[in-house]
Amino acid sequence: MLLNMKEIVLVVGGGIAGLETARELKELGLSPVIVEKSSSLGGHVAQWNCLFPDMTPARKVLEPYESALKDVEIHLETEIASINRLQKGYSVVLSDGAAVPCKAVVFATGFKLFEAEKKEEYGYGVYDRVITNRDLENWFNTGSDSRVPEKPSAIGFVHCVGSRDVKAGNTQCSKVCCITAIKQAIEMKEKFPNAEIYCFYMDLRLFGKKYEDFYINAQKDYGIHFIRGRVSEVSETIDGRVLVKAEDTLVGKPVKVRLDLLVLMAGIVCNKENQQLLQAVSLPVDEDGFFRSKDNIASITESDRDGVFFAGTCTGPKTIPETIAEARSAALNVYNYLKSRR
Amino acid sequence: MDFGFGLNPSSAIELDKQDLRLYDKLCRIEPTAATCIACGSCSATCTAAGYSGMSVRKLLIDLQRGRNQEVEQMLSHCMLCGKCTMVCPRGINTRMVILTVCRLYDNVEGVL
Repeated sequence: MLLNMKEIVLVVGGGIAGLETARELKELGLSPVIVEKSSSLGGHVAQWNCLFPDMTPARKVLEPYESALKDVEIHLETEIASINRLQKGYSVVLSDGAAVPCKAVVFATGFKLFEAEKKEEYGYGVYDRVITNRDLENWFNTGSDSRVPEKPSAIGFVHCVGSRDVKAGNTQCSKVCCITAIKQAIEMKEKFPNAEIYCFYMDLRLFGKKYEDFYINAQKDYGIHFIRGRVSEVSETIDGRVLVKAEDTLVGKPVKVRLDLLVLMAGIVCNKENQQLLQAVSLPVDEDGFFRSKDNIASITESDRDGVFFAGTCTGPKTIPETIAEARSAALNVYNYLKSRR
Repeated sequence: MDFGFGLNPSSAIELDKQDLRLYDKLCRIEPTAATCIACGSCSATCTAAGYSGMSVRKLLIDLQRGRNQEVEQMLSHCMLCGKCTMVCPRGINTRMVILTVCRLYDNVEGVL
């Protein structure tokens, strides 16, 4: 047990944001302690196969942390039982009984993937041929999912599932799904060159480095069909395929297509279970349900409370490089904060 | 006996039942045709658009959806001035697209 109170920083969450924050804190000479509620580190990234824009294997991104965090105290399958503010820092009690007196807390609690079954009209969990982006990544990793047919001749991707959806309670754009859909569409076209692939989108938001090139490649080299129109309903055909209805808003006509597989791009939404952590340090949740930063331009990784910092998607949807950059920034914030109080 | 009732055919486009051979052939000859993002720059700048409904954007999306008849009607309005090529942000060779489609229509039995 590390009890050097002066230098301990609690990092809540062992996903990419928490791992990078801890690595950077260690580099800066501090003692991070990671608390992760699941049984393994890596968070959502560990469930992915390849990452845009360079098709880097997700495990390659996580690998370096194993050695970098070798002597870092990590509590798996552990949650925060209580956080008490002390005069100089926080006293945190974990669900495994450990007490961690620390100088600062970094929340890197991440996001939740939208539960696609909530959009009943898309039939996730009802029809055999409907899966999510995460299911598809899992299939890339394991090759086993009875819902993915052996030789699909037509595959569809539905963008913005649960994102930009006031009715679903999520007004925010999930940011990463447009490029993920195009990445997965290309991967499926490579696996099944004879399959027709359709992407149903509201807008294509391809803001990042090389994203637009991905889009041009998908159009030109892979012949992926882009239909501007949101899928309105999905039904099952008599032969067990799915019939998808949408409007092609560029033509101004309704479209129908029968598919062997439909992939729903479930979006990044706030993790409501984590909101109680904020209450424990008397901080408000933002209007969108994510953690509220001190301000959204220059102090995203800071909170309104001394010694409480944020890293990654707990404050809103983010890509992996953005999350990593933010984690480093949060670590530096912690370092400067502690230095100013020494 | 005619009771005056009729049935309108469905206007829905069945994506998996369209004949896209013309579009596929066009993309092989002029691959930039596939990269349209439907921004409408071409139609906005088109000299013929205001008078005839000519639109390269519509022409391309109609081809992508197998609506070849609509395309044929539109083609005759183009004057090949090339302004659309100048403004296209994707660098689509729109004149080449139009000339290629005309050629494919002329020789439709031979190429398809």
